[in-house]
Amino acid sequence: MTVQNLMEQQVPHPFAQQAGRENRRDRAFHGFTMGSAILVLVILGGVALSIAVGAWPALRAFGPAFLTTEVWNPVTDQFGALAPIYGTLVTSIFAMAFALPVGFGIAVFLTELCPAPLRRPIGIAIELLAGIPSIIYGIWGLFVLAPFLQRTVQPFLIDTVGQVPVIGALFQGPPYGIGVLTAGLILGIMVLPFIAAITRDVFETVPPLLRESAYGLGCTTWEVVWNVVFPYTRVGVVGGAMLALGRALGETMAVTFVIGNAHRISTSLMAPGTTISSAIANEFTEATGTLYTSSLVGLGLVLFLLTFSVLALAKAMLLRLDRKAGK
Amino acid sequence: MNNGFYRRRKLVNRLALTLSMAAAGIGLLFLLLVLSTLVVRGLSGLTLDLVTRMTPPPGSEGGGLLNPIMGSILMTGIAMLLGTPVGILAGTWLAEYGRAGKLAGTIRFINDILLSAPSIIIGLFIYELMVLRMGHFSAWAGAVALAVIVVPVVVRTTEDMLRLVPDSLREAAAALGAARWRVITMVSYRAARTGLVTGALLAFARISGETAPLLFTALNNQFWSTNLNAPMANLPVTIFQFALSPYERWQALAWSGALLITVTILAVNIVARSLSRNKGNRT
Repeated sequence: MTVQNLMEQQVPHPFAQQAGRENRRDRAFHGFTMGSAILVLVILGGVALSIAVGAWPALRAFGPAFLTTEVWNPVTDQFGALAPIYGTLVTSIFAMAFALPVGFGIAVFLTELCPAPLRRPIGIAIELLAGIPSIIYGIWGLFVLAPFLQRTVQPFLIDTVGQVPVIGALFQGPPYGIGVLTAGLILGIMVLPFIAAITRDVFETVPPLLRESAYGLGCTTWEVVWNVVFPYTRVGVVGGAMLALGRALGETMAVTFVIGNAHRISTSLMAPGTTISSAIANEFTEATGTLYTSSLVGLGLVLFLLTFSVLALAKAMLLRLDRKAGK
Repeated sequence: MNNGFYRRRKLVNRLALTLSMAAAGIGLLFLLLVLSTLVVRGLSGLTLDLVTRMTPPPGSEGGGLLNPIMGSILMTGIAMLLGTPVGILAGTWLAEYGRAGKLAGTIRFINDILLSAPSIIIGLFIYELMVLRMGHFSAWAGAVALAVIVVPVVVRTTEDMLRLVPDSLREAAAALGAARWRVITMVSYRAARTGLVTGALLAFARISGETAPLLFTALNNQFWSTNLNAPMANLPVTIFQFALSPYERWQALAWSGALLITVTILAVNIVARSLSRNKGNRT
C-alpha cells in the first residue's frame, strides 16, 4: 500500500524507483513460489492422466471384466486383474494383522512401560528402521525368511492347521517357502516400524492430566491405556493404520522378491501368487505388444485408485485428530 | 467378592502388559535380525574392490559395484538438483502466502498423498511421460522419477520448518520496510536454514534406496556409462537383479550393495536428526 502511495505522488519520491523494483521482484517471487506449489497438483494430475491414458487400450478391450477375470495369458493376449488384486489385498491384510497388534504393543511399551533412559534410544531406533528401503527387507525375505519358513514353519502348519477342516485349505500344498504367506509377513515386518512410530506419536498427544487423573482414581496401567489413551487417540490410531495400509498396498520390492509371481488365485496361503505392484515390477520391461503393456498400466491404475482412496481417508482422519489437538 | 474383582483387574493388567512387552520384543527382534543378517552377509564384501571395480560378467569372480554406485550418485544428484528447489519454493508458498487458504489446503492434502503414493506408480508415470516419448530408457528419466519423489518430502519439511519461524521476526523485518520476498529470503530462510537442510537430507535418504521407480526408467546397465540419454547402472536395480541371479558372486555383491545403501541411509538420517535437534526443533 505504501508503495502504491509513493508511486502516485507527482514529485518522484527519492526511493520510488527502488520501491517499484522491489514490488516487481516481490510479484515475481510470489509467482515462482505459487507456480511451484501448483506444480504439486499438476504432478498428481499428470500421474492420474498418464496412467489412465496408458491403461485405455486394455480397458477398452476388456471392459469392466478386466477387474473380475483371473486369466493372465500373454500368448493369447487375455488379461484380467483379479489375481493381482486378490494378492495385493490378501498380503496387505495379512501384513496389517501382524503389524497392527505388534506395533500397538511397541507403542504401549514405549509410552507406558519402558524405563525412561531407554525410551529415546528405542524410539529413535524404530524411526530409523522406518527409513530403511524396502529392497533390504526383500533381499532378507528371499535369503533368510523364505528358507526358514520352508524348512520349519510351513511343514508344521501343513501337518497341524492344514488338517483342520475348512480353514485347513488355507494351509495345504507343498511348502514352497516363497508365496503369499511369506510376502505378507515381510510386508508386516516392513510396515511395523512405521506403525509403531505413528502410534507412539499419537499416544503422546494425550494430555498428561487425563492420564494422571485416571491413575489417581486407581486405574491399572492397562486400564489407563484401554479406557483413556486409546479412546482419546482412536481416530489417530485408525488414521495411522490406514496410512500404513496405503504403504503396504503399494509396496513393491519387498513383495517382488518373495511372492513367486504366479497369476492365479490359490486357496492355500503357501502357494506362490502375485500382487499388482510385483506383477508390474516383474513383467513391465519384458512385456511385448500394446495390450500386454497396457494391461500392466491398467493394474497400475487400479493400484493408484486403491491407494489414493485409502490415503485420502487416512489423511482426513488424521486431520480430525490435529484439529482436536488444537494444532 | 471385592477382593476377587481387584485380583482380576491386576491379572488382566499383568497379562496385557506382558503381551505388549512380548509384542515389542518380537518386533524389535525381527528388525534386529534383518540388520544383523545384512551386516554378517555384506561386511566381508566391503573392500576397496567394491568401489573401484566394475560389475563382473555372469558367473565370474571378482569385480565390484563401481558403475552402479556412480550411476546412483549421478541420478540421485540430478534428482536433488531438480526436486529440491521446486519443493522449497512450493513449501515457501504454503507457509508464507497460502497459509490457511483453500488452495493451500488442497495442495497440502495432495502433497501428503504424493508423499506416500506407491513409488512404482511414479515409475509408470515417468515411463509414459518420458520413456515412451523418447523411445528408450534413459538416466534422465530415472533422475526425473526420483525428483518427483523428492518434491513432496521437501515441500512438507520446508513448510513445517518455516511455520516454526515466529511471525514477530517477519513483522519486524516488514516494519523496517523490507519487501515480502526479502523478508522470506533474508529472514525466514535464515531462521529455518538447518530445517531446510534437514528436509533435503531426508529426501536424499528416501530416494537413495528407491528401486521401483528406476526399474523401467533408468533400467540398468552392465557397463560404465555417463551418457544421460542411455540406460544407466544404479545400485538398487543392480541389487535386485544380482540377488535373484543364480550366481554366488552376484548374490554376494547384492548383499554388500544392500549394506552400503543401508549404512548410507542410516548415516544421513542420523545427521539430519542431530542437525534438527541442535536447533531445538522437532522434525
